[in-house]
Amino acid sequence: MRSNGNSLSLRAWQVLLLVAVFVGWHVITAPGLLPAFYFGDPHRAAFLFGEPLKVFGRIWHWFFGGEIYRHLWVTLVETLLAFFIGTVLGIAIGIWLALAPKASAIFDPYIKAINAMPRVILAPIFFVWFGLGIASKVALGVTLVFFIVFFNVYQGVKEVSPVVLANARMLGASPRQLLRYVYLPSAMSWVFASLHNSVGLAFVGAVVGEYLGSAEGVGYLILQAEGVFDVNTVFAGILVLTAFALVLDWVVSLAEKRLMVWQPRSSETERI
Amino acid sequence: MSSAPGLGAAAAALALERISCTFVAREDRSQRYTALRDTTLVVAPGEFVSVVGPTGCGKSTLLNVAAGLLNPSAGTVHVFGEPLAGINTRAGYLFQTEALMPWRNALDNIIAGLEFREVAREAALAQGNEWLKRVGLGGFGDRYPHQLSGGMRKRVSLAQTLIVNPQILLMDEPFAALDIQTRQLMENELLELWSADRKSVVFITHDLEEAIALADRVVVLSAGPEAHPIGEYAIDLPRPRDVAEIRLTPQFVQLHTEIWHAMKDEVLKGYAQQRQ
Repeated sequence: MRSNGNSLSLRAWQVLLLVAVFVGWHVITAPGLLPAFYFGDPHRAAFLFGEPLKVFGRIWHWFFGGEIYRHLWVTLVETLLAFFIGTVLGIAIGIWLALAPKASAIFDPYIKAINAMPRVILAPIFFVWFGLGIASKVALGVTLVFFIVFFNVYQGVKEVSPVVLANARMLGASPRQLLRYVYLPSAMSWVFASLHNSVGLAFVGAVVGEYLGSAEGVGYLILQAEGVFDVNTVFAGILVLTAFALVLDWVVSLAEKRLMVWQPRSSETERI
Repeated sequence: MSSAPGLGAAAAALALERISCTFVAREDRSQRYTALRDTTLVVAPGEFVSVVGPTGCGKSTLLNVAAGLLNPSAGTVHVFGEPLAGINTRAGYLFQTEALMPWRNALDNIIAGLEFREVAREAALAQGNEWLKRVGLGGFGDRYPHQLSGGMRKRVSLAQTLIVNPQILLMDEPFAALDIQTRQLMENELLELWSADRKSVVFITHDLEEAIALADRVVVLSAGPEAHPIGEYAIDLPRPRDVAEIRLTPQFVQLHTEIWHAMKDEVLKGYAQQRQ
């Protein structure tokens, strides 16, 4: 039970740290609580850094007033669409280029160029093409997700064990069956390995897109608050987004656990 | 046993005639390596042939040519009298290294060949379970390759290869990575499975004892590069054999001494080349 106790005390320290950060934040920013040692005006710190109590009040209001759900939903839809479209495109093009060396050689410099480009600057173009709705955010997310998945799939297909491949051929697999039963599963294992990254980037694409111009979404809430110098709401938005990202990450971990049963894990023994 | 080209090749299960394999480095075409030169190997239906030779002598190359995975630079391959084009569909190949699909469990690995032939899943699973029991792994069907021991994985590979009932079995040092006890068990199991329907077998190994214990005929290859057969020995030990016990018979010892004598110089040559 030793390890259990350790993880419990670890958890306690983690919570303590979180509480300490918020208490510190409160003490420094609450007007008049401390003598104004740096800013001349006691309200100055609150103006710049927000006040945790007001931030939590805002979050409380969002969730119990029901205002936030519509925005969270929009952000979630954008994230998931960007993730799925980017993943499917990445898998398809990754497998194709990995199996067609000629095409791969031709496209190689362009893929490197597009990957090197800071893709956030595409956002204005996507706004022009797809408008300020969901589509432009999805497009931005897709450009981010695509390359992660693409490079992983490309690598995955290239690194299929030649023996496994030869074995499948000897067992009578046609080229199509090789694709379905050997290349695709092998590539998928690399896709799953990059799942955390690609979901994270889909989320980044959605939020940044919203922030740059939108009428809905959590990024839009932050944008609005920033426009009226409402720092508390900005911080509230940041906290909600962080929590949201953590939930997404947790769901991905669950999915990963289910999908990757065939991969060796370090500890497989069972205590009797 | 005639190995003269053309003669008897029509009736042979597998006839490799005057095979040469030269590999050319992709970056520098002047860099060549001739693994095999002028090698002829004819295997009769139902015959168990072992090919022994020092490490790095091109034994696997020979097997890959027989499997249709590698095109020889020169020479012809006939399978049951027909020239081989592409993959040898009448052969099963047991690889030296891990060849199981890691994302499939043991049962799904075993039935892969049936799946490729589009056998109905119910029927495939029934056959797969039967083979699982036959190789002594009943109840391990849902394990993934990484959850199985080396010996178990080899059994799965064996079942995977045999389930599609190939007429020729190509084996590339399949038991080299196993410990000696597991190895002898597997060798006996192989002989038992083989005696049931007498496929033609080409068994590659660097272990002379294993070669003699299993085969009807032992072919000795010279050290590479430019490996070629330097001797052929009929093994007339009685069957059924127990590989652990047969090693102790005087007949075995005599054959071993004879073949080892022929091989020794080549082994030393191969060793010297690898040290360079």
